[in-house]
Amino acid sequence: MLYRETGQFKPTYQADQAIFPIAQDRWFITAVLAVAFLVVPLLIDDYWANAIFLPFLAYALAAIGLNILTGYCGQVSLGTGGFMAVGAFSAFKLMTAFPDLNFIIVVILAGGVTALVGVLFGLPSLRIKGFYLAVATLAAQFFLVWLFNKVGWFINYNATGQVTAPPVEFFGVLIIGPEATPPARYLFCLAFVAVFALAAKNIVRGRIGRSWMAIRDMDIAAELIGIRPLEAKLSAFAVSSFYVGMAGALYFAVWLGAAEPGEAFGIEQSFFVLFIIIVGGLGSILGSFLGAAFMVLMPILLKNFMVNGIGVEVVTAKHVEITTMGILIVFFLIVEPHGLARLWQITKEKLRLWPFPH
Amino acid sequence: MKLTTLAKTVAAAAIAMPLMTAAASAYELVIPTLDYRTGAYAPNGIPFANGFTDYLTLLNNRDGGINGVMIKHVACETAYNTKQGVECYENTKNTEPSGALVYQPLSTGITYQLIPKSAVDKIPVFSMGYGRTSAANGTVFPWIFNFPATYWDQATVFVQYIGDKEGGMDKLKGKKIALVYHNSAYGKEPIRTLQKMSAKYGFSLLLLPVDHPGQEQKATWLQIRRERPDWTLMWGWGVMNQVAIKEAASIRYPMDHFIGVWWSGSENDVEPAGMAANGYLSGAFHAPGDKFPLHDEIKKYVYDKNQGTGERERIGEVLYNRGLVAAVWTVEAIRKAMEIHGTKEVRGEQVRDGFEALDVSEARLKELGLPGFTYAVKITCANHQGPGKVALQQWNAKAKQWKIVTKFYEPLSDITGPLIAEDSAQYAKENGITPRSCN
Repeated sequence: MLYRETGQFKPTYQADQAIFPIAQDRWFITAVLAVAFLVVPLLIDDYWANAIFLPFLAYALAAIGLNILTGYCGQVSLGTGGFMAVGAFSAFKLMTAFPDLNFIIVVILAGGVTALVGVLFGLPSLRIKGFYLAVATLAAQFFLVWLFNKVGWFINYNATGQVTAPPVEFFGVLIIGPEATPPARYLFCLAFVAVFALAAKNIVRGRIGRSWMAIRDMDIAAELIGIRPLEAKLSAFAVSSFYVGMAGALYFAVWLGAAEPGEAFGIEQSFFVLFIIIVGGLGSILGSFLGAAFMVLMPILLKNFMVNGIGVEVVTAKHVEITTMGILIVFFLIVEPHGLARLWQITKEKLRLWPFPH
Repeated sequence: MKLTTLAKTVAAAAIAMPLMTAAASAYELVIPTLDYRTGAYAPNGIPFANGFTDYLTLLNNRDGGINGVMIKHVACETAYNTKQGVECYENTKNTEPSGALVYQPLSTGITYQLIPKSAVDKIPVFSMGYGRTSAANGTVFPWIFNFPATYWDQATVFVQYIGDKEGGMDKLKGKKIALVYHNSAYGKEPIRTLQKMSAKYGFSLLLLPVDHPGQEQKATWLQIRRERPDWTLMWGWGVMNQVAIKEAASIRYPMDHFIGVWWSGSENDVEPAGMAANGYLSGAFHAPGDKFPLHDEIKKYVYDKNQGTGERERIGEVLYNRGLVAAVWTVEAIRKAMEIHGTKEVRGEQVRDGFEALDVSEARLKELGLPGFTYAVKITCANHQGPGKVALQQWNAKAKQWKIVTKFYEPLSDITGPLIAEDSAQYAKENGITPRSCN
């Protein structure tokens, strides 16, 4: 009853092709954005920023990137951690070389550098597919991390290989560094993620996105209808890496503040982002957010519930947490193999019929 | 789009909030620990955490806390993962009633995260013999304490020991020393010092990184077998140590020429290699074994009441004792802070002053039930690294015992001093810190 499009007429093509054709969806998304932009900054403190919101936003952006490549274009990638490292180290080099550069430009340039690297490592995708491509991107992962460990230039010849983001001001407000306030850091990341999520949503609805999906569904058929695989695949690698690179820059500079290549960008990162999009839903922008929320929040929720809530011993709680996460992932995938985004979609379809289902 | 997120965060808040407000009425001293009892580093994380925790339990049971104020110990599991460590830090730093008084991260990665935060949150970090070596410079790092000695001190001590065995420092010329290290900020710490010494004394240095978690070292040891270095040093942690010692045994590398950092010298590291590990050496700044009066007290007041965190037989292991001495120094700093500020309700900021005025003499160690356990430590405003003395201990596989086999060497400050000044100056410059005056 609440969620029904009856009576919502669309007199123009434009209205019919809107991202959210149903009015209730529009209200809902506006409300979510309003809460995210206006209410959360008032309540946020160090814990909520560092443990929950900043990782959530950084991972959501990375997941959108990987989703473009894997979910929309069908090219499996295990190199996400490596590409995040490219973004992070590009940002670091830019920040230290040009301390006065606006941080928005730093993040976008970092994304641009990552896009170039991504295209380079995307070249094999023109010849190999599936598992073989996964192995090629795995090579990218290991190569890139090794490179940042090995070549001192990337880390400004720091003796320990650990890079630290210098404090950065954004129009007079500190957004990076230990003295940056949680709302400032959060709002900066949120604005970035919101703008680029919208951009991604529009890219995948348009001509480019459709060519990616055609390649994903059947590349030979796509070629027959006039889509160039070279263009489609490499553009998917470029756009995807651009997003992942920006996520890496935010992840390193705004969230962590200090990182070393081996631990912060290891293979675990690649798998983590891959889990996010599998749990959230392949080929869905919403899924990237849902998956990131699930993977970032669930362990913390479980931990807080067990340790603070029912007083389980810390180490037992950790073991239970690891097991429960595994079980939950398997459970969700059995219930809905297409991820949380699909679950959400089914809910909406049911709501439209409610209370009179067929 | 983010309804689920919000729903979950609200749920998390609902769960977490009432617990945060439910504070006890009496004042308590909050000491959080970032433990790791899971993951690839658990074999070393567990005994350390046990030693630390047992000492706090002992004080609560025997003395009613520190100077009569109970200790509230808050454990948080990090799995030696930097991100989880940050979550733990944020989660525990405002614990009622005193707020966290000091952090002991036991991970170089987490220490690096906490270094900038500590000054803002006004909570001292006690990275005992690990973390950022140049934090020894108290003028740039007022909140960080890394006594009793640093990795760089230790590297100079190992080279001195090698010099002694070879018959003089001038005999090092032409020798080959390998460094097998954990490929992370931690493992890379000694490289610069060793490079500088290799230039000075004329030995050649072979660098062999091992990637996290360190289970795969076949190629590393193949290289050692081929290059036959005269001495091998190791900066390892967790499962990496056991694997390295087993691999060294399998290529029949002479164990008495294989020296581990003090984090690579515990029972867990050598026992898997069995008799083959006999004679393996490692750095140490305190004694092994459970023959000190304090151990008896712990057994009596903690384990007899079934409140021990570990197994009774494992009291006195090297890393257990390390946790113990970390807790002893931490508690002495809190005591000092109470004395300086004339209050029992100390906060993190005051505990920092306590650390900076810390003076644990040998006589005080005796009072604490640890006569001859370690050397006297005195901290000043400018010097946060303490005396920096390091001895070597050797593993006797037959008796299953570690034993200190050398004197406590003095570090070569003429080598580490300029390096510390240079590195801390660079940090100060990068982060816009004006070094404070210590006069």
